[in-house]
Amino acid sequence: MSTSARYWREIPQRYRYEAGRCTGCGEVSFPPRVVCKSCAGRDFETVEIAKQGKLLTHTVIRVGPSQFADQTPYAVGVAELDDGVRLTAMIADADFEELKVGMPVKLEFRLIRDEGEAGILCYGYKFVPVR
Amino acid sequence: MRDVAVIGVGMTKWGELWEKSLRDIFVESALEAVKDAGVDKIEAMYVGCMTSGLFVGQEHLGSLLADYLGMGPIPGVRVESACASGGIAFRSAMFDVASGAHDVVLAGGVEKMTDIGGDGATFALSTAADAEYEVYNGVTFPGLYAMMAVAHMDAYGTTREQLAAVSVKNHANGSKNPHAQYPFELTVDRVLNSVMIADPLTILDCSPITDGAAAVVICPLDKVKEYSKNQPVKVLATAHATDSIALHSRKDLTWLGAVAKAGEQAYAQAGLEPKDIDLVEVHDCFTIAEVCTIEALGFFEKGKGGASAESGESAIGGRIPVNASGGLKSKGHPVGATGIAQIVEVTKQLRGDADQRQVEGAKIGMTQNMGGTGGSCVVHILGSE
Repeated sequence: MSTSARYWREIPQRYRYEAGRCTGCGEVSFPPRVVCKSCAGRDFETVEIAKQGKLLTHTVIRVGPSQFADQTPYAVGVAELDDGVRLTAMIADADFEELKVGMPVKLEFRLIRDEGEAGILCYGYKFVPVR
Repeated sequence: MRDVAVIGVGMTKWGELWEKSLRDIFVESALEAVKDAGVDKIEAMYVGCMTSGLFVGQEHLGSLLADYLGMGPIPGVRVESACASGGIAFRSAMFDVASGAHDVVLAGGVEKMTDIGGDGATFALSTAADAEYEVYNGVTFPGLYAMMAVAHMDAYGTTREQLAAVSVKNHANGSKNPHAQYPFELTVDRVLNSVMIADPLTILDCSPITDGAAAVVICPLDKVKEYSKNQPVKVLATAHATDSIALHSRKDLTWLGAVAKAGEQAYAQAGLEPKDIDLVEVHDCFTIAEVCTIEALGFFEKGKGGASAESGESAIGGRIPVNASGGLKSKGHPVGATGIAQIVEVTKQLRGDADQRQVEGAKIGMTQNMGGTGGSCVVHILGSE
């Protein structure tokens, strides 16, 4: 369960795809960091991550946590976006059989889960195959 | 710093121990280690435990367990680094003795995982991954390792059957371990045809949910005769490294950087190479984890670990016996206890006390214990002389 503050803090990343680009070396950190992972620089500008990329790996979760019970089984993958950012997300609108390393995907804003009665509707990004 | 030796080990039967509490199983193992060492007191203790707060609603374990062990008011500390908690408890205890602060110190590990249901356990374990950027998006631990398996299969041609062979080998070893939770043998077909958890991993690729504890007693090497009649096992190296806990932040999804780094440091400290190691206990929380760890530790070339079990090279009697104890897969994986149980196994092997699963002539053994998908790793090398 997310508390509302914990959910709200991540909105810049989940709704607006905000990342930090190091002004020293150009590395894009998603989520943003205070210290650059590549050069230890501390000056960043806010940028939006790329919306397209390729799957590096994937799986189908057949036994999922209860928050995802109504979606199980579901596909999940790790993708590298065109700007080099890597992230994990569910893969929506895909046949499990078609999942392949190297498959082009785009990011779409989707409902991730709902937390039940009076709970938060949790949104974020999912991968969708580019056909 | 002083050289350190293991002088006592204790471990009880692992499994679904519904009639026993966390404190019961810890005390049982710790008393066995104290008795094995032949000491009448310990001066400090370190306990590895990943998340007793989520599993049984109990924190503050250092004090609780020192009290129930009848050793209060000695300093007792609980150490956490997800599934590497036990290995890091041992390392912490080792530094305590090496520094000269105390002579006789107990390192233990415990996890009581079956007091909550499967969903609660899945959540508790998932806290070792990135909560906001992995778990939020639906990933589970079997899912993360399944993605490492898919990447390994894609990059190196590792086969589904080769992964199953890791499980078959570890169950063959575990069938000879009286402490193992699942001491039965398997076939490749049975692994492949069991319930799919996260493609391509079935339930028989996954280590189980386990209640269990383990403990060891250590002291300065040059004072062994003062404290114990046992044949000492010397700690030749201790190394610990970290990596991003989010799998997606790594440059190569098949490569465990923290394992490689801790392994390199351990080999350098001991002045040894992979070929000098007689047996290794690795963190096979999933079959693919064993493949990746034995590559990162230099026992197999990068990308070649897949065939290790199928070829027999990692069996007892093979080129490098891996998980003679049965590993996490067959012995069980009470997460905080696993790193200590690895030290227990290697100590028994080096003393020649491993009965049916004895690696003949073993003089140098390694343990590798990791947290999450490899976000933390601790490696120890032990020697019988």
